Amino acid sequence: MKVTFPHMGNLWICLDAMLKYLGIETVVPPPSSKKTLDLGSKHSPEFACMPLKLNLGNFMEASEMGADTIIMAGGCGPCRFGYYAQVEHVILEDLGYNYRLVVMEPPEKHISQLLSRIRYITGNKPWIEVIRGIKYGYSKARAVDMLEMAAMRKRPLERRPGQTDTALNEALSIIAGAVYGKLDEAYARASEIMEQIPVDRKPVLKIGLVGEIYTLLEPFSNLDLEKKLGRLGVEVDRSIYLSEWVNDHLFMGLVRGVRSSSLYTRLSAPYLRHFVGGHGQETLGAAAYYNNKGYDGIIQILPFTCMPEIVAQSVLPQFSRDTGMPVMTLIVDEQTGESGYMTRLEAFVDLLAEKGARKEELA
Amino acid sequence: MTVKIGIPRALLFHNFIPYWKTFFEGIGAEVVISGLTNKAILQDGLRLSVDEACLPVKVAFGHVEHLKNKADYIFIPRLVSVFPREYICPKFLGFPDMVRQNVQGLPGVIDNNINMYRRESDLYRQFFEIGSLICGNPFKIALAIKKAGDAIKRFTARVESGLRPDRAIDSSYSEDGPAGRKDTTVAVIGHPYNIYDSFINIGLLKRLEDAGINVLTTDNVPEKEVNDHVAHLNKKLFWTLGRRMVGAAYHFLESPGISGIIHVASFACGPDSMTGELIERKARRIGSKPYLNLTLDEHTGEAGIVTRVEAFLDMVGTKEQAARC
Repeated sequence: MKVTFPHMGNLWICLDAMLKYLGIETVVPPPSSKKTLDLGSKHSPEFACMPLKLNLGNFMEASEMGADTIIMAGGCGPCRFGYYAQVEHVILEDLGYNYRLVVMEPPEKHISQLLSRIRYITGNKPWIEVIRGIKYGYSKARAVDMLEMAAMRKRPLERRPGQTDTALNEALSIIAGAVYGKLDEAYARASEIMEQIPVDRKPVLKIGLVGEIYTLLEPFSNLDLEKKLGRLGVEVDRSIYLSEWVNDHLFMGLVRGVRSSSLYTRLSAPYLRHFVGGHGQETLGAAAYYNNKGYDGIIQILPFTCMPEIVAQSVLPQFSRDTGMPVMTLIVDEQTGESGYMTRLEAFVDLLAEKGARKEELA
Repeated sequence: MTVKIGIPRALLFHNFIPYWKTFFEGIGAEVVISGLTNKAILQDGLRLSVDEACLPVKVAFGHVEHLKNKADYIFIPRLVSVFPREYICPKFLGFPDMVRQNVQGLPGVIDNNINMYRRESDLYRQFFEIGSLICGNPFKIALAIKKAGDAIKRFTARVESGLRPDRAIDSSYSEDGPAGRKDTTVAVIGHPYNIYDSFINIGLLKRLEDAGINVLTTDNVPEKEVNDHVAHLNKKLFWTLGRRMVGAAYHFLESPGISGIIHVASFACGPDSMTGELIERKARRIGSKPYLNLTLDEHTGEAGIVTRVEAFLDMVGTKEQAARC
C-alpha cells in the first residue's frame, strides 16, 4: 500500500510525518503547479471549486509515482467539500485509475466506521501508537505555522528582497526532515534561521487575510498572496492556520493557548448570525477581529463559486461601511491572471497607505 | 386590522407555499405573494446582490424588493434544513442576513430558523414561535399548524401523482386525464426555483408541451423511489434538493417510458456542480437516453435555449423512430 493525499499548503509535512511514523509508505504528490491545475480542470465539473480541481490533479500526478491509496478528509455539509472524495472517486474511476479511497470524516452511523477506516490504513499498530503519531503530526503542523508567522512578520522588513523566503524554505525543510524525538531540536534550529534574517526597522501596513481555508493555506492557489503583499511592505496575518484548524475540528479545542474559531463565531454578529458552512461565518468574525486589532485593511479570498464565502462577501460591504475598514475580495480559479491580480493588490495597498498618511496629517 | 405577510415567489416557494399560506391564514394574517418574475424584478435583484450570487438568489432579492412596500412583514425564513441530517445550500442559510445587509427600507422581517436537522418534529415548535409573533392565541396557532400540515400532505400527493407543483398549488386545477396524454415524455431535472420560473428558464416547460411532449419533473418522483435510488451511493448526499435530483434522475434513466432527460442548473451552482456530475456520468455510462444540460443565468438568451431544446428533441425523435423500425 502506497498512500497519497491532496496538497494544501504545508499540510504534507505533518501528514507525511504521521504516516511514516506509523510505518506506512507514502507518496507526496509534486507541489501543485500549472500542470496540476490543467490536469484537474480538464476532468472536473466546470463549476466545481478550484480545490477540487487541484485535488484531482494531485491524485493523477501521484498515481504516476505509484500511489494506490488516497487518504483525505470529508465532512457533512453544507459546504461541498464534504462530497469531494466521492465525486473525485467517480471521475478517477471513469479515467481508469485504480485508487482505493479512505475518507476520514464524522461517521454517518457509528464511530466504528471511522475506527475501521483508520485501521485500514494503520494495520495492526496499537491505538496508543496511532495517537502518538497524530500528536507528532500535530507538533509538526504547529512548528510549521510558527515559522510561517515569523516569515509574515519579517517579509516587509527584510533588507534584501527574497531573503525571508530563502530562509523559510530552509527552515521548513529542517522541520520536514526532523525524525521522531528530534523535533524540538529541529524547531530551535529552524527558528534561529528565521531570527537571523537581516531587517530594517520601518513602519509597515497590516492586512488581515480572511476567507476560504484552502485558498488561504495553499500559496499556489492564491498566487503567493502572502509573498506578494510582503514585498509590497505589508505585514499579513491570516485567519486560519493549519494547527488551529486541526485543534478545532479534530481535537475539539483540547490544546490550550491556540486561537480558536469560536472567537470568530462570537464576533460575526450582527452581520452573519448563523453558520453557513465552510468558513463563511468565521470570515466575518475574523474581519471584526482584525478591525478590533487595528489592522489597516482586510482581504477576503475565495475560489470562484464558493458558496459560504459568497454569503460572507454579500455582507462584508455593509461591515466595511459601518466600521470604515477597507475590504477587498479576491476570487481565484484556473482563469486568474497574474498581472490583473497584482494590479489590484498594488492599488489596494496604495489606498491603505494613502488613508494612513491622511490619518496622520489630521492627528 | 389584519397583518399582511409578504412571501416572495422565489427559492423554496414551490415546495412549501401551501404550508406557509395555510398557516398564516390560519392565524388570521393576510398573505401577499409577489408576482411572477419579470424583467423589473430581475433588474432589482441584480442591483442588490453581489455578482457571484447565483441567479435564483438574485431573483429572490428582486422579489423581496418588490414586496417590501406591500406587506407588514416579509417572510424569509432561514432554511437551514428541511429534512433530518440534510441541508439545502449555504446561500439559503445566509439569505436573511444577505437581505438585511443589502435591502434598504425593509418592513418587519420574519427570518426564524426552519431547521429539521435533528428531527422533523422540531418544525412544530419553530412555527409555533413564528405564529406567536403575530397571534396571541396558542390554540389558534396549533390549529393553523395542523391545517398547514394537512395542506402540504394533499399538495404532495397531487404532485406525486404527476401534477406539476406550479399547477398543483391551485387546488382546483385538474389535468385533462389520460385522453390529453401524448406519446413522448421527457424528464426535467432541476431545482424547483429554476424549472417552474418560466421567466428565468425562458418558458422551457411550455416550449416542451407546445412541442407535443409530456413533462415530468424531479418533484413528480415519490420520496421512496428517490431514496431507493440514492441508497447505492457511496455516501449519503447532504443536500435535500441534490439528493432528490440525483434520485429522480437515476429513476428516470431506468424508466422505459422516459425518452430523454434535461438537466437545468444555474450558472456556478455549488451543489449542482457535484450532483450534476454524478447524474451526467451515470447517464453517459448507461448511454441509452439523450441528455441535455442547460445552464441558466441572467444573460441566458431565448435563441440559445430554443436551439438547444430543438436539437435535443430532434435527438429524442430520431431515437424513437429508430426504435419503431
